[in-house]
Amino acid sequence: MPLLGTLALWLAFLVGLWGAITGFVGGAQGRADLQQSARHATLALLAALAIAVISLEIAIFRHDFSVAYVAGRTSRNLPTFYLWSALYSGQEGSLLFWAAVLSLFAVLAQVLTSRRHRAFLPYVAGVTSLVATFFIGVMLFAPANPFTRLPFTPLDGSGMNPQLQNPGMVFHPPMLYLGYISITIPFAFAIAALLTKKLDTEWMVAVRKWTIVSWLFLSIGLLIGMWWAYVELGWGGYWAWDPVENAALLPWLVMTAFLHSVMVQEKRGMLKKWNLALILGAWVLSIFGTFLTRSGVIASVHSFTESPVGYYFLAFLVAAVAACTVLYVTRLPLLEAEATLESILSREASFLFNNLLLIGLAFSVLWGTLFPIISEAVKGVKITYGVPTFNFVNIPLGLVLLLVTGIGPLIAWRRASTANLKRQFALPVTAGVFALLIFLVAGMRDVGALLAFSFGAFVLGTVFQEFARGARARHRQYGEPTWLAVFQLLSRNRRRYGGYIVHIGIVLLFMGFAGMAFKTETEATLRPGETAELRGRDGHLYSFTHLGISQYNTLNRYVTAALLEVKRDGKAIGRLRTEKRQHVDALGNKTFEPSTEVGIMSGLRVDLYVVLAGLVNGTEQAVFRFTINPLVWWVWFGGFVLVIGGLIVLWPGGPATGGTTPPRSQAGYAVKLEPAQ
Amino acid sequence: MKAGTKFALGAVLIIGSVGYLMASGIKQTGQYFLTPSELAQHVSTDPSFYDLGLKVGARVVRGTVSKDVASQTLSFHITDGTVNYPVVFKGLPPDTFTDSVEVVVEGRLQRDGVIHATNVLAKCGSRYEAVPKA
Repeated sequence: MPLLGTLALWLAFLVGLWGAITGFVGGAQGRADLQQSARHATLALLAALAIAVISLEIAIFRHDFSVAYVAGRTSRNLPTFYLWSALYSGQEGSLLFWAAVLSLFAVLAQVLTSRRHRAFLPYVAGVTSLVATFFIGVMLFAPANPFTRLPFTPLDGSGMNPQLQNPGMVFHPPMLYLGYISITIPFAFAIAALLTKKLDTEWMVAVRKWTIVSWLFLSIGLLIGMWWAYVELGWGGYWAWDPVENAALLPWLVMTAFLHSVMVQEKRGMLKKWNLALILGAWVLSIFGTFLTRSGVIASVHSFTESPVGYYFLAFLVAAVAACTVLYVTRLPLLEAEATLESILSREASFLFNNLLLIGLAFSVLWGTLFPIISEAVKGVKITYGVPTFNFVNIPLGLVLLLVTGIGPLIAWRRASTANLKRQFALPVTAGVFALLIFLVAGMRDVGALLAFSFGAFVLGTVFQEFARGARARHRQYGEPTWLAVFQLLSRNRRRYGGYIVHIGIVLLFMGFAGMAFKTETEATLRPGETAELRGRDGHLYSFTHLGISQYNTLNRYVTAALLEVKRDGKAIGRLRTEKRQHVDALGNKTFEPSTEVGIMSGLRVDLYVVLAGLVNGTEQAVFRFTINPLVWWVWFGGFVLVIGGLIVLWPGGPATGGTTPPRSQAGYAVKLEPAQ
Repeated sequence: MKAGTKFALGAVLIIGSVGYLMASGIKQTGQYFLTPSELAQHVSTDPSFYDLGLKVGARVVRGTVSKDVASQTLSFHITDGTVNYPVVFKGLPPDTFTDSVEVVVEGRLQRDGVIHATNVLAKCGSRYEAVPKA
């Protein structure tokens, strides 16, 4: 199997090279035979990489410890569930996984793109093949070959890091990868458009769905990653501005900016240069993130170990940036805008500000991530840009962005009149001010949280008004009952109303983030029967009674579990268990350091979060950390809503004809954003 | 005033505030990240480095870790091979904290020559093969 895998990699490498050459040459010379060959090459590439992936999975499932990768990541007693994820739990395997997924997307791009955009396809095949070949090349030459054999066959593997043995870690990496990798498709189309000089809005229509696909997968990947950090790492939060997290957030921010500004181009023929730059930038950031997390340049709690792989990525990054810049600059004259900004009170302007804020956020995150290196190079001293600094910069920016989320949809395209503005803003502003007053009266004094709740109410007011007006219009015109009218709005104008659903998700996420301002925490050493108390900022007094310790063996670990009785204001609301796990190999020898399993009781208002820190001298006296995290549930629920909204936008099929198409000159809420499909 | 000019003003305002936030953010919350040798050198030339919030990256000296679980106090020595500092930390160390692990200690070096840590981060051992994000 390992031999077959290595052969498949070599085959993939050669096929990829061929695909890249035939794609570019075939496209440039207009030779149909070469173009056809490039298309076939993407298929062959997928087949070869699929064989490599299957070979590795077989080696993993057969416990073939003669393969270094298998011996280093798995063991005989690793639960089957995690054998699957072993494929991408290490450097070499994740490179293979990356290349394989890219080749799958490359084939989909060839197959699913409609006939109208055929001219781009040879170049798209060329770009995707080239990028895939790079990844395969790294595996073969860095070397980071997942099929490398050990000189001997160990009896057992060294096992998987316990922190990766969590359901979140099975789904989080593939989701994030799908997002990261699928950015290559819009990027390939952008390069194709630049090369063919077909720089009208056409190519963007071709890739619009792809950009939403990437954005959606990135969102899901980020959310599952946050959830994993929350339930597995045990420090009580879900986001720490770690370089690895930032690396995933950067392309997400840029893609979000693109999804908004692309509407301006479709509608008004403006921002062509900007949109193209965003797509190129998002892709470069995805490669940059890969470089960052694999090179050891930036110390991160969960980065890959230092390896020469980083240099390959750095070289690739530099070459790609240079090539993109040259290509972009030579095509700039073809990217003149067809219209100019007519008024600052227009949808266009609000999208521009939204973009500036998103890119500003991305820049501050990038700067903060690189700051230790920059400060060392410039001042000779390493200065950290820690969580407080990130929060200091990004919370205000995020709040303004939230405000703009509510403003944008209320302003008409081109130019909004004063009467129109009054009509549009009355309800949402009332909602925002009302929420502000309620929370002020309730005694909330945290400025950030107050603004988040107030702006959130404003955005919700905006979304509600949009739905209400749309539904009323349908009701008047077709006599549809409200529920049907809302459903029809969603299904006939998926992009716009799905987008509003995403906005609701964003508001809920911000509510959850704001909740973290009210976190309370205590640590206590308890004997069985003893109780610790902690008052949450929701006004309730929570008490935790230590019921006792149990120790037992299960699967691949020794478990020390503590059971706690939880009461709210003296009334029992349930029990929590938290564990310390010592993972062992098949012979019972300890592997890895003990890991913590957090006990969480999740609710709409607060999460009770308990960590067992250890036992005192092996007795049942135990040390706990108790945290009350308000509103965390809303982060996951907001994420869910956001994904649903994204799926609505993505649902196949164009808007049905025969619906209402109000004149464009009307207020923003009545304008359809879709071009004819 | 033309719309373009107004927009440019708005853009300058946004970019300016991003820059201002970043600059003042670092000023107010940025911390030095030093090795024990660098810290010793800075302290000897500039006593203002005492009681200054900073981070020190080093390795835990094997055999110096003592845990008092009841009072949740952890004390250990860190070194970069040349300079050695004792550290006192009240709180729960991360799972990955062990003898001779690489750590980042966040806290203040006090006049008694002891680093009073407010936070201890442990770099995962060599076997830690990462979360394959990105």
